[in-house]
Amino acid sequence: MAIELPKGTLITQLDSLVSWCRKNSLWPMPFATACCGIELMATGASTHDLARFGAEVFRFSPRQCDLMIVAGRVVMKMMPVLQRVWLQMHEPKWCIAMGACASTGGVFDTYSVVQGIDRFIPVDVYVPGCPPRPEQLLQAIIDLQEKIQREGTTWCREFSLPERQKLPRALREEV
Amino acid sequence: MPLTQKHHADPIRAGEPQPYLWKLNLGPQHPATHTTLRIQLKLDGERVIDASPEIGYLHSGFEKLGERLDYNQYVVVTDRMNYVSPISNNVGWHEAVERLMGIEPTPRCKYLRVIAAELSRISDHLVCNAAVGLDTGAFTAFLYAFNPRERICDIFEAMSGARFTSSYTRVGGLNYDITPTAFEMIRKFLRDIPRAVHDVELLLNRNRVFVDRTRGVGALSREEAINRGASGPIARASGVTRDLRKDEPYLAYGDFDFDVCCATEGDCYARYLVRMAEVKESIKIVQQAMDNLPAGPVNVEVGSRAVLPPKDQVWTTIEGLITHFEMVMSNRGFEAPCKEVYAATEAPNGELGFYLVGDGTQTAYRARCRPPSFLHFAMLPHLLRGYRLSDVVAVVGSLNIIAAELDR
Amino acid sequence: MTPSRDLTTPTTVDRLRSVFPQASAHPSDDVPRVVVPRDAVRAVLEWLHGPGGFAFLADVTCVDYLHYHGATDRFGLVYLLTNLETNERIIVRTFVNDPAPSVPSVVDLWEAANWLEREVWDLFGIRFEGHPDLRRVVLPPAFESHPLRKDYPLQGLGERHNLPVVRRGEG
Repeated sequence: MAIELPKGTLITQLDSLVSWCRKNSLWPMPFATACCGIELMATGASTHDLARFGAEVFRFSPRQCDLMIVAGRVVMKMMPVLQRVWLQMHEPKWCIAMGACASTGGVFDTYSVVQGIDRFIPVDVYVPGCPPRPEQLLQAIIDLQEKIQREGTTWCREFSLPERQKLPRALREEV
Repeated sequence: MPLTQKHHADPIRAGEPQPYLWKLNLGPQHPATHTTLRIQLKLDGERVIDASPEIGYLHSGFEKLGERLDYNQYVVVTDRMNYVSPISNNVGWHEAVERLMGIEPTPRCKYLRVIAAELSRISDHLVCNAAVGLDTGAFTAFLYAFNPRERICDIFEAMSGARFTSSYTRVGGLNYDITPTAFEMIRKFLRDIPRAVHDVELLLNRNRVFVDRTRGVGALSREEAINRGASGPIARASGVTRDLRKDEPYLAYGDFDFDVCCATEGDCYARYLVRMAEVKESIKIVQQAMDNLPAGPVNVEVGSRAVLPPKDQVWTTIEGLITHFEMVMSNRGFEAPCKEVYAATEAPNGELGFYLVGDGTQTAYRARCRPPSFLHFAMLPHLLRGYRLSDVVAVVGSLNIIAAELDR
Repeated sequence: MTPSRDLTTPTTVDRLRSVFPQASAHPSDDVPRVVVPRDAVRAVLEWLHGPGGFAFLADVTCVDYLHYHGATDRFGLVYLLTNLETNERIIVRTFVNDPAPSVPSVVDLWEAANWLEREVWDLFGIRFEGHPDLRRVVLPPAFESHPLRKDYPLQGLGERHNLPVVRRGEG
């Protein structure tokens, strides 16, 4: 079928358009606890310049952010704080676990360190490294952008899929 | 008129009901707390009546881990202690371990450790001052101060293989000897850094907003500084003329000509000035160490059973291979004497001490770290009382509290 | 490294022992150390703070000698003092035992001891009598163990797993 379109018109899905907007204007919430936080600062500073990927607007208020970057180890005293900050963020929201400690506990297999934040809050992208280089964090942002473009929906349906509701794998093994 | 503590001598008697006071919770997730600190403030309008700091939001059991990892492995954990200047912690840790085992590092190793420690001091002080500037509204200085820090990271990458958490030292030596490339990078850096420091000073020294927000704020007297266990730039800004590099010269610090930088005001601005002055002294030290770098081996002899043999020996000779194998095998590595030592070094933040208990095995029986930030943060209520809410961030920033070192 | 000293003048340890005969000097090649009985530790530290001139308390810490071969007492406290005038250091040791180990607090002498003693209480469970505010400092108030004791496992007793889980779509 043929529809006459005026010149200069582009047709796309609304979902795709919204995702495109979202992925290029991520506002990170730096949940920087430890060493990785310094590299997170370095990523935002002039040499590496996170602004090239549209994610330079660091906001310390969770209500203004849609990307939480957990940089550093999270201990059991901090976990309730992290969860509270996460719950205060509005949907759609994503989470990057930056560094080995946030992803798995890293070298700190001790009594107080949570062995990976994904046991207690959802995580979208994991960044290996102790601490990761700024380039790795940039790659993680690019990966997250792809993910947002691929599965983002206008009504954030991707966050209510049944498989998302399942327990994290690591926790199922343990409990 | 700047507010002084004397001006606001506590007018409220204990036990009186104070319904007009209100409580404010600062942290643990707050942009001005840098990492994970929490301060509960009691405010009368905008004036701080009392503050009760709470820590432990990053307590990761470093000392318990020190009882499990051997003397070389634990250096990885010390990297993550004061993560703005990891090499200073590496140097402090192995200073203590070598004193426990009675190993004397080679002259070249001492000089290289000094170079690395002083470079990390430059980086630490610049980042700290940049952060104070950032908290008090001078964002540009942050960008200028992060550039030399990036250069230092590149130098560390050339020296140790990792740009940030470098784990540079080993028992009785270093990870690698310095390469000509790294040598040249440091030379070039030394040519450029005075200009960069000057830029930061131009941006902050007479910056009206910065000076108004830091001068006369968070004053600490000399007696209080001593009694409350302050050390490093914070004690020196209050007039305590103590610098372990001069008072208990470790490594090769006795060979260099440098000054101990002090101030008498003890306020945030004095701390800023002391740090900037120390950066310049560190540049002098690195310059002298580079000029007089001794030749010779960087590690102590292999026969002392403290260091791993060089890789070409391991790959080509049977003795080297056996020594390497014995060193890395569990229960065959180091034999630390049953002794207890305390060794302190002048880290960028102050006196970083390690109290080690050896029990004859290859791991420490107890690896206590005396963290300077811990004592500095403990005196926060004393520093804040009587000042305004907006001064809190300037004081916290100027103390350079590093949560990982604070909580361990 | 100890600063070189004149051998004719009595050392701090000698002067201390002339006042407190129950304090025993311990051989040490760097920082001089004295071991005092638990009941005398407060008086010794008061003397060091006053006439001794040790105005700077560098550290208060503890060692759990549970598995240490040849050890007779369980907890060994370490007070690390510095004299800023003469650039001397001294280590004062005292030993305490289960049950309910406790020593007198020195917060009124050195304010620096405040958090250091709280930390020892938190991680070793040694009470400091007379401490103005002896609460846990680095661990959550609800925590029940003292983790730097040698009978507490490195990985803990499962406290780190005992937290609520937030899932996607909540909140």
